[in-house]
Amino acid sequence: MVDLTRRFDVLVIGGGNAALCAAISARRAGASVLVLEGAPKFYRGGNTRHTRNMRCAHDAATEILTGPYTEEEFWNDLLLVTGGQTDEELARFMIHESKDILNWIVEQGVRWQPSLGGTLSLGRTNSFFLGGGRAMLNALYRTAEELGVDILYDAEVIDLNIEDGMFLSAQLKQPVGGKTEVRASTLVAAAGGFEANIEWLKQYWGEAADNFLIRGTPFNRGAILKMLLAKGVQEIGDPTQCHAVAIDARAPKFDGGIITRHDSVVFGIVVNRHAERFYDEGEDIWPKRYAIWGRLVAAQPDQIAYIIFDSTVVTSFMPTLFPPIAGATIAELAGKLELDPAALEKTITEFNAAVQPGTFDHTILDDCRTEGISPPKTHWARRIETPPYLAYPVRPGITFTYLGARVNKQARMLMQDGKPSANMFAAGEIMAGNVLGKGYAAGMGMTIGSVFGRVAGREAAKNARN
Amino acid sequence: MHGTRILDEADRLMTVCNSCRYCEGLCAVFPAMEMRRAFSDGDLNYLANLCHSCGACYTDCQFSPPHEFNVNVPKTLAVARAESYAAYTWPRTFSGAFARNGLVISLVAALSVAGFIFGFAAINDRGVLTGIHTGAGAFYKLMPHNAMALLFSAALLYAILALVMGVRAFWRDIGEPVGMRMDAKALLRAIRDAGELRYLDGGGVGCFNEDDRPTDRRKLYHHFTFYGFSLCFAATWVGTLYHYLLAREAPYAWWDLPVVLGTLGGIGLVIGPVGLLTAKWTRARVLVDEQRMGMDTAFILMLFLTSVTGLALLLWRETAAMGPLLALHLGVVFALFITMPYGKFVHGIYRFVALVRYARERQMMLGD
Repeated sequence: MVDLTRRFDVLVIGGGNAALCAAISARRAGASVLVLEGAPKFYRGGNTRHTRNMRCAHDAATEILTGPYTEEEFWNDLLLVTGGQTDEELARFMIHESKDILNWIVEQGVRWQPSLGGTLSLGRTNSFFLGGGRAMLNALYRTAEELGVDILYDAEVIDLNIEDGMFLSAQLKQPVGGKTEVRASTLVAAAGGFEANIEWLKQYWGEAADNFLIRGTPFNRGAILKMLLAKGVQEIGDPTQCHAVAIDARAPKFDGGIITRHDSVVFGIVVNRHAERFYDEGEDIWPKRYAIWGRLVAAQPDQIAYIIFDSTVVTSFMPTLFPPIAGATIAELAGKLELDPAALEKTITEFNAAVQPGTFDHTILDDCRTEGISPPKTHWARRIETPPYLAYPVRPGITFTYLGARVNKQARMLMQDGKPSANMFAAGEIMAGNVLGKGYAAGMGMTIGSVFGRVAGREAAKNARN
Repeated sequence: MHGTRILDEADRLMTVCNSCRYCEGLCAVFPAMEMRRAFSDGDLNYLANLCHSCGACYTDCQFSPPHEFNVNVPKTLAVARAESYAAYTWPRTFSGAFARNGLVISLVAALSVAGFIFGFAAINDRGVLTGIHTGAGAFYKLMPHNAMALLFSAALLYAILALVMGVRAFWRDIGEPVGMRMDAKALLRAIRDAGELRYLDGGGVGCFNEDDRPTDRRKLYHHFTFYGFSLCFAATWVGTLYHYLLAREAPYAWWDLPVVLGTLGGIGLVIGPVGLLTAKWTRARVLVDEQRMGMDTAFILMLFLTSVTGLALLLWRETAAMGPLLALHLGVVFALFITMPYGKFVHGIYRFVALVRYARERQMMLGD
């Protein structure tokens, strides 16, 4: 039994990568730590359960990484995906710290493996968790428990008692035991974004949000973020920005995870419900572009689109959970997708006619492109002409939102007046918007979680003992 | 659709897993899965027999129950594996032995022991059966050596024949040509993987049994069991060679090779099965093929009885208990031999064959 009458040095709200890194680093620094995870034990860890890798800078190849990935290169990738919408000081700090995380996280029991078969050529930049995100999470929980961190599941925080930027206590509600006041010297908020809170999403997206699928846990409702912002913490990030990819429209509303995504865009064309193309499917290599397709689909009517390809490319990408929908003719396929057959035939005919001769190579920006259509397909354009014709219906799959709490390099929250909070820290998706103004590069969510989690825990412990 | 419901479920899971692949570093099953995009019955039986049931992929899976995708690879493959044993049984008439395996093995064991006791009683005077015999050839006062050698060789040869026929059926099912060129490299790799139980380790941290902590010691107990069994088997062979080549007759002194091998093996074959049985009963039910608990338990108990009766015979061989103990031991061993093709013993054979195939596939994929 956890003694909730005592005053903890550090209260961590949340139970994912950032929360556990914070809890472990605070405990290792000598603090007493309580972790409140709102989800039941099986669903503990929020989106971390669904992750598979982390992007860390390193100066040389390692046992599992095929080559160096310097801080500068990481920074340039971040600049590219965010279009410069990032806090440079904070981002460079995170990238620098990420180097040490590669080892630190192993000391916490997490094991690495080389990049998975069929993944998006991440072997040099991203370190994969052996057994995936839940294995990583299980390791962190084991370590935290062994160190003596107290952990409660189904532990919903319904209110925060904050005065002048100073955390005093949290109101805990449990299925058994009811409400309890939990006191702690410092707070680490690591409770994720609000992507599972459709009502909140609707404030910015309108009714379109009803058609979003949430890739992770239904528990990421942003309750803690909302409380913090309401109690004077400075907001950061565009509320419509998030990490969103195109996932199978047949996926469950929540928690479909990695297996609902599609990597086949570059091998075909993508049309909306009017059977019209709307974006260059071959703009850049997939790992650099997969994260824009969630937003692109979100902007289409009814938030649905269809990846269309033919039988020649089915083995070019990883097998999918849901089989492609097939038709012997374009018209038959259109019928099954409930698209206008004439419109789809027209789009494909025009596309096929625009395809220029070239040498196909999906690993480089090849010279297979279209000419004379808009939007063009600038690489990997090949005619769709070998039946059966195949399609995947896709919808926006929201991974996590970027609206968050502003922090400094200590992971300490900043208040609306710009002053650092006396004792409140934030880590993970709840503060990802500090680094990610928009866009995404694979594995960054975990980098943000581990780096700022570790820092937040360390700083909170220091704060608590002063 | 597949031949059985469990293969349908295995196919569903492999489709889920093949679009995830997070577990590929844990064992051989997932890399083998990744070499395929669709799964025939044979593919699924191959993967089922490749699985060592370490439980790591269940603990690590974000889609295991209560998630709606309900992914439970260890249990599904365990059931598929057990059903494959029955499907490969030779002769086919005996495939039903797997359905109520605990009962079948117990009956065969009881009959076998009874057979030896009555046999000894029938061919010997009462005084011989309960008499004290010492010195060379003491055992053979109860049963002539040649008769013993003949009976056990026949039982063993029968078992080997049935096992070979089963392997043949498995090999065909998984789509390998029967007269395949023996690939020494793949064979060596498989021998190492099997000898080390490379894949019974949860991907490096150890197996999962009661909960989500890798605290399981089944690998250790399996080593005790397997190497204990091997030492006992070696002891028998050395004894046979002594007999025919050196004309040295059992019982041998405690320091002599057959006794040393047999004693060490016997001790291993006590510790191992006890550990395995304990692990089996404490294992999370969600990972276990509960319908086959009888099969697993029966085999473990047979191994345990083999070693216990053997050690008892060693301890009391110079007393009046020797005769009954010898009958008991020989009865158990005989039953063990003839039921080998019809019980859990086959798991080792099919898994080894699956490992050979995996080694070959991997070599071909890596291009060497």
